[in-house]
Amino acid sequence: MFGFYIVLAIFLVLAILLLIFRVSRLISVVKGSEEKSITASNNVNAILMVVFMVLFFGLMAWYSYAYFDSYDPPVASDHGIITDKLFWRTMWITGIVFVITHILLFVFAYKYRYRESNRAEFYPHNNKLELLWTGVPAIVLTWLVISGFAAWSDITSNAPEDAEQIEITGQQFTWLIRYGGMDNEVGAYDYRLIDATNQLGVDFTDKNNFDDFENNSIVLPKGRPVLLKIRAKDVLHSVYMPHMRLKMDAVPGMPTQFWFVPNKTTEEMRIEENNPEFNFELACAEICGTSHFAMRKVVTVLEPEEYDKWKAEQKSWLSKHPDYMSQVPENLKELAVVTAGINE
Amino acid sequence: MATATHIDAHAHDDHDHEHHETFITKYIFSLDHKTIAKQFLITGIIWAIIGAGFSAIFRLQLGFPEADLSWLRPLLGKWIQPEGSLDPQFYLALVTMHGTIMVFFVLTAGLSGTFSNFLIPLQIGARDMASGFMNMLSYWFFFLSSVIMFISLFLETGPASGGWVVYPPLSALPQAMDGSGLGMTLWLTAIVFFIVSSLLGGINYITTIINLRTKGMTFSRLPLTIWSFFLTAVIGVLSFPVLFAAALLLVFDRSFGTSFYLSEIYIGGEALPNVGGSPILYQHLFWFLGHPEVYIVLLPALGITSEIIATNSRKPIFGYKAMIISMLGITVLSFVVWAHHMFVSGLSPFLGSIFMFLTLIIAIPSAVKVFNYLTTLWKGNIVFTPAMLFSIGLVSVFISGGITGIFLGNSAIDIQLHDTYFVVAHFHLVMGAASSFGLLAGVYHWFPKMFGRMLDRKLGYIHFWLTFIGIYSVFFPMHYIGIAGFPRRYYSFTNFEAFSGFTDLNAFISVAAILTFFGQFVFLFNFFYSIFRGKKAPLNPWKSNTLEWTTPRVPGHGNWPGEIPTVYRWPYDYSKPGAAEDFILQTVPFSETMDSNLPHENDMIAIEKEEMASEIVIDESKGH
Repeated sequence: MFGFYIVLAIFLVLAILLLIFRVSRLISVVKGSEEKSITASNNVNAILMVVFMVLFFGLMAWYSYAYFDSYDPPVASDHGIITDKLFWRTMWITGIVFVITHILLFVFAYKYRYRESNRAEFYPHNNKLELLWTGVPAIVLTWLVISGFAAWSDITSNAPEDAEQIEITGQQFTWLIRYGGMDNEVGAYDYRLIDATNQLGVDFTDKNNFDDFENNSIVLPKGRPVLLKIRAKDVLHSVYMPHMRLKMDAVPGMPTQFWFVPNKTTEEMRIEENNPEFNFELACAEICGTSHFAMRKVVTVLEPEEYDKWKAEQKSWLSKHPDYMSQVPENLKELAVVTAGINE
Repeated sequence: MATATHIDAHAHDDHDHEHHETFITKYIFSLDHKTIAKQFLITGIIWAIIGAGFSAIFRLQLGFPEADLSWLRPLLGKWIQPEGSLDPQFYLALVTMHGTIMVFFVLTAGLSGTFSNFLIPLQIGARDMASGFMNMLSYWFFFLSSVIMFISLFLETGPASGGWVVYPPLSALPQAMDGSGLGMTLWLTAIVFFIVSSLLGGINYITTIINLRTKGMTFSRLPLTIWSFFLTAVIGVLSFPVLFAAALLLVFDRSFGTSFYLSEIYIGGEALPNVGGSPILYQHLFWFLGHPEVYIVLLPALGITSEIIATNSRKPIFGYKAMIISMLGITVLSFVVWAHHMFVSGLSPFLGSIFMFLTLIIAIPSAVKVFNYLTTLWKGNIVFTPAMLFSIGLVSVFISGGITGIFLGNSAIDIQLHDTYFVVAHFHLVMGAASSFGLLAGVYHWFPKMFGRMLDRKLGYIHFWLTFIGIYSVFFPMHYIGIAGFPRRYYSFTNFEAFSGFTDLNAFISVAAILTFFGQFVFLFNFFYSIFRGKKAPLNPWKSNTLEWTTPRVPGHGNWPGEIPTVYRWPYDYSKPGAAEDFILQTVPFSETMDSNLPHENDMIAIEKEEMASEIVIDESKGH
C-alpha cells in the first residue's frame, strides 16, 4: 500500500510539472513575448554564470582549506616526500591557471552577453597571442617534466645492494609475504611447485631458500632501503601502500619490484596522528575479482634495532615444514639443516 | 517561408524515387545519412540511460553502504543479497558495464555516429555519404553489438566484470570470477562487432570529406566540426584495428589454449600450462586504442563546441588555423602517449620517462584550444542558447579535467594517484563530462535541422544548470577523495583504516549523482516531446553561416533540392565590419559583400567571376 502511494505521488508531481510546462508555453505563445524573453533569459543566464563561479570558488576554497588534514594523508617514505612536493608544486601552478581561465570564462560570458545595440568585434586571429600561449605552457611544462623526470629516475633506479629483500605475492584475495632471511636473498620459485602448504612454489634446490621465512604481515625497518620483489600467482594485483606513496602492479609471469626507504615508525605515526590504533596498510589497487576491496595487510615499521631483533627471532619456513627436506638435493641437505635452523 | 515551400515542391520533382520508399527502407534499413544519424542518436540515448542508471545504482552502494536495497530486488533480482545489500561481484559488473557503455556505445557511437553522419554531408555540401550502404551496415553492426551487449546483462553469471579495460588474466580465466565466463565472451563478441561498425563508419567519413566537398569547399573553408570529425575518423581507423587484435588474441587465450597474455598462473588449485605470455602485452595493445579513444570521444565534442561558440558569440572562432593545427597535434600525439596508463604496470622505467615527456606535450595543443575559446568569447555578443551554455560548460570541465592530467601524466606523481579516485575525477571531467556536454550541445544546436522543430528553450536552461552543477558536485569532490588515496573499483572502504573517512562526502556525491541522473529526464522529455510537438523551426534559427542552414526545413533525400550550393568563403564571417547583418553565409560570394570585404578578399572576386561564368546552373539558395 505504501508503495502505491509513492507511485501515486510521483505520478501527481509529474502531472503537475507537465501542466505547468503546457501553461507556460501557451502563455508565451499568446503573449508573443518570445523575443523579449530571450533577452531577459539571456541576462539571467549571464548572471548565473557569475553566481556559479563565486559559489564554486567559494566552496572549493573553503573545503580545500578547512579539510586539508583529512584529505592530505601523512607521508612516511623518503621518496614520498619528493613526490608530494612535486604534487603540490603542480597543484599551485595548475591551480592558478584553473582560477584565471575560469574567471575569464565566466566573466567574459557575463560581460559580453547579448545586447541588441552591440556588435561583436571581428577578431579572427593574432599570431603573437597564439605564440604566447603556446610558448608559456611549453616552458612551464618543460620545468614540470624535468623535475618529474629527476624524481622518477631516482625512484626507479636500482636498489642499493644492502636493501632488505621482501617478496610480496598477490593471490585472490590475500598477500603472501616472504623475507630473504639471514642471507637477505629471496630464493627461487616455480609456480608448478605450488601446493597446499608450499603456497609460493618455493624451489628447494636453491640454497638461498633454506633460511627464508614467511610472515603474516609486513614488517619494515625505518631508515633502511627496502626492496619489494613483487609477483602474482593468478591475476593482476597491485601493491599499494598509501602512506609510503608506493604502487606497483603484481603480474603473473613477470616479477616487478619497487624499492624505498620508510622514514617513520608505526609508533611515531601513532603519536603524530594522535591515534593509538594507527597502522600502515597494504591494499590492492588493480581490480582482481570479487573481494578486490578486502586485500589488506598491516604494515609495521620498526626502529632498525627492533627490526633486527624481530628478524633474528623468525623461524625459517623449512624448519617449520621439515617434510620439504625431501625436496632438497642430497648434496645440499647438510647446508639446509644448518641454515634453516632445523633441530634434529 | 515562401521559398521553403517552393523548395519542398522541388524535392519531390527531383527525387521521385522517394515515392517508392517503404517504411522499412525509410526508417529501418535506411541509406540516408540523416536517418542513420538519428538511429545512432536514439540508440545512444537509450544506452546513456542504461549506463548512467548503472552508475546511480553503484553510487547507492558507495554513498550508503549500510542501506537496505531490497526495494531494488524487482529490478536486480538475485544481485541484491538476502540481507539487502548489493552483490560485490555485481557491483564490479555495474562498474564495468557503465564504463563500456559510456565510452563505446554512448560517447563513440552516440557522438561520432550521430554528428559525423548528420553533419558531414550537410556541412560540406554533399548529397549523402560516399557509400550509403556501408553507412547502413555501420549502424546495423552497432545495433548487433548493442543487442549482444544487452543480452549479456541478463546472464546467470552476470556480464563482464573485470573493469572496462578487461585486463587479462582476470578476463581470460573464467575461474577467476563469474563475470569472466559467458559474460566476457559476449563482451568480446560485442566489441568486435562494434569495431567493425566503427571502421565502416570511419572509412566512410574520411572518404566523404576528401571526395565529396562541394565546389569551393576547400579544406581551409571547412567548419571546425568537419575537421574534428575527419581527424576523429582517422584516429579511429588507425587505432580500432589494434583493439581488434587485442580482443582476438584474448579470444584465443580464452578459448583455444594459446598463451599470448598468460604465463605461470596457479589458480583454483591447479597450475595452468600456459607460459611465455605477457599480461603487459594486452595493456599495450588495449591502450594503443584506449588512449586515442579519449580523443575519439573528445575531438568531435570540441569541434561541435567551436562551431557553437563562434555562432553564439557572433564572432569568428579565434585562431581558426591554430585550432586546426592543435587538433592535428592532438591527433598525432594521441598515438604516442598510451603507456602513461601503465607507469606502475611493471613497464620499463625508461619507457615511462619517454611517455611522461610525450604526454605532457599534449597539454600544449589543449591549452591553445582553451585560450582560443576564451578569446572567441572576448568582446563577443553572446547569445545563451542551451547549446551555447553546454559549450561554455564544456570549456569549463575541459579545463578542470585537463589540468589534473598534468598530475597524472607525471610518472613520479602518478605512483600515488594511479587507480585512485583522482583518476576517476580526471577522466570523468575531461572525457566523460566534456564529451557529454558536446553531445548535448550538438543535439540542442542541430535539433531544428534533424527534426524541423525547436527544443523548448527554458527546459534546456533548466537541464543545463542541473547538469552543470550536478557534474561538478559529483566529480569535483572526488579529487579530495583521490588525493586521500582511495582506490577505485572498491565495493566498500570499511576494511581499511586509511580509507575509512569521507563517508559524508561519498554520500554527498551519491546524492548529487542520482539527482543529476534524474535531471536528464528533463532533457528526455524535451527531446521526445519536441520531435512531435515542438515549435516549427525557422530555416536558420541561430543565424549561422554553414551550409546545413541553406537546406529546406526538413531536408529530403539528397539534402538540397536542385543544385548543391557553391561555397565562396570560410564559415566564420560573423559580425564582419561593414556587413549589413552580423553573419554572412558561406554561399554568399565576395562580389555581393563589397562593403565588408577585407583587402585580400577583394582579389578573390575576379576568381569567383571566372568560376561563375563556367557554371551553367545558378545556385538557388543564394539571396535569402
